Amino acid sequence: MKARKVTDGLVKVFVWLCAGITAALLIWILVYIMSRGLPHVTWEYLTSKFGGDDHGIYPMIVSTLCLVGLTLLFAAPVGVFAAVYLVEYAKPGKLVNVIRFATECLSGIPSILFGLFGFIFFVQICNFKFSLLSGALTLALMVLPTIIRTTEEVLKTVPVSYKEGSLALGANKLYTLFRITLPSALPGVLTALILSIGRIVGETAAVFLTAGMVYRVPKSIFSSGRTLAVHLYAIANEGFSFDECFATAAVLVVLVLLINFAADLAGKLLIRRLGGGQPN
Amino acid sequence: METILSAEKLNLYYSDNHALKDITLPVPKGQVTALIGPSGCGKSTFLKTLNRMNDLVDGVRVAGLVTLDGEDIYAPDYDVVGLRKRVGMVFQKPNPFPMSIFDNVAYGPRIHGQRDKKALREIVESSLKGAALWDEVKDRLNKSALSLSGGQQQRLCIARVLAVGPEVLLMDEPTSALDPISTQRIEDLIEELKGRYTIVIVTHNMQQAGRISDRTAFFYRGDLIEWGETDTLFQTPADKRTEDYITGRFG
Repeated sequence: MKARKVTDGLVKVFVWLCAGITAALLIWILVYIMSRGLPHVTWEYLTSKFGGDDHGIYPMIVSTLCLVGLTLLFAAPVGVFAAVYLVEYAKPGKLVNVIRFATECLSGIPSILFGLFGFIFFVQICNFKFSLLSGALTLALMVLPTIIRTTEEVLKTVPVSYKEGSLALGANKLYTLFRITLPSALPGVLTALILSIGRIVGETAAVFLTAGMVYRVPKSIFSSGRTLAVHLYAIANEGFSFDECFATAAVLVVLVLLINFAADLAGKLLIRRLGGGQPN
Repeated sequence: METILSAEKLNLYYSDNHALKDITLPVPKGQVTALIGPSGCGKSTFLKTLNRMNDLVDGVRVAGLVTLDGEDIYAPDYDVVGLRKRVGMVFQKPNPFPMSIFDNVAYGPRIHGQRDKKALREIVESSLKGAALWDEVKDRLNKSALSLSGGQQQRLCIARVLAVGPEVLLMDEPTSALDPISTQRIEDLIEELKGRYTIVIVTHNMQQAGRISDRTAFFYRGDLIEWGETDTLFQTPADKRTEDYITGRFG
């Protein structure tokens, strides 16, 4: 009896320790970045340009937001409807398995390879030059597997009884998809998009090979642009000022949090509009 | 006696499995017909052939004739949407959609093109009244349907079917997931609905079949063994298997 109690206690301590280490690491990194970075983040830093005497990151914030938006514009519909095809329409069989295997492989490819592909295909062959468009298309390819896989999993969890109920009332498949299946899957789709945003914002290699490093405010999707992560990479490489690096890092972290909150909020509003009430 | 729905020499196969064998059963208009039999005997499968919900299952093949008002519902150009509007279905487990009570009931009319808000409100109210749920939910129509109890959810599902103005209600063990009090309310409701609607109900509960149905059909291993007036079938069954089943000797 006593031995069991001791083992029990030890396991408990071990589990707590593991959880504690994970949480502590995250907090430590965040606190470290924020405490070193935030003091250098001023209004001027956020709103002025970069180059010459200016050391602001306004152009990078704009480029980052544009790249995120543009990438999701391409990747979200394609990814979601690819998943819908796989789950709702495709007959299970060889083709579906091949597609599934391909998406899995795609998600394992290092981002620099996507960068090289984007550089050769979008920048050179399609002649989009170094531009947000090239960058977004490349990143879209990169996040597509995540969106497809996650959406697939959520779609599979939508109860068959919902679909049956809808079809039994005389709805066709498409109506059922837009009124029942997709709204039920929306929270999961949103998770997929948030994960994707994280990857887009954090990506460097694939971005500077396709969207370039020019630190101007982009004029259109055909302009080149430097995202915050690329900027961080560039100034850390130059090694002038670590304060500036940390300031950029802090802004990057806050931006990711803000985008996630916004996506979450947008999703909730959308669910309310499409679906009506939540449980209780 | 007028027949509204009728199966003639109906056969159904799931791939190689011959699930329904030469079923011939007329469903009289305005009455309650109960389908009874042990699990896996084909009664639910038969129910689903009546509004073509089996179309959704891969590998199902149907041969024979099912007619609604004399029209073959398996004819190639038959309007399935129209069929499901006329022949509604209530499932074993209550399956309200994850949306408000109002939107659940308005779902069907909206499919069939009803957009007018005032008309929708009237349909929702009359359907909920028809399903004996109005008084319990009239103050919270915008609340989620998932916040209702199991019995209320099932009555909501009935209201949702009534909202599209069906002539026939198919019910697949509608009370098997409910407690006795909720079951009682659904049975009372069926009593109220009959006459105006034709009801075909699958049930595992023979007392229930005895209480609520006018006619009973006994299925066994894909065969329709016998059918007739409920009282006759229960008191003087013609077939030994029917007698064994209703006296609880198997199943």
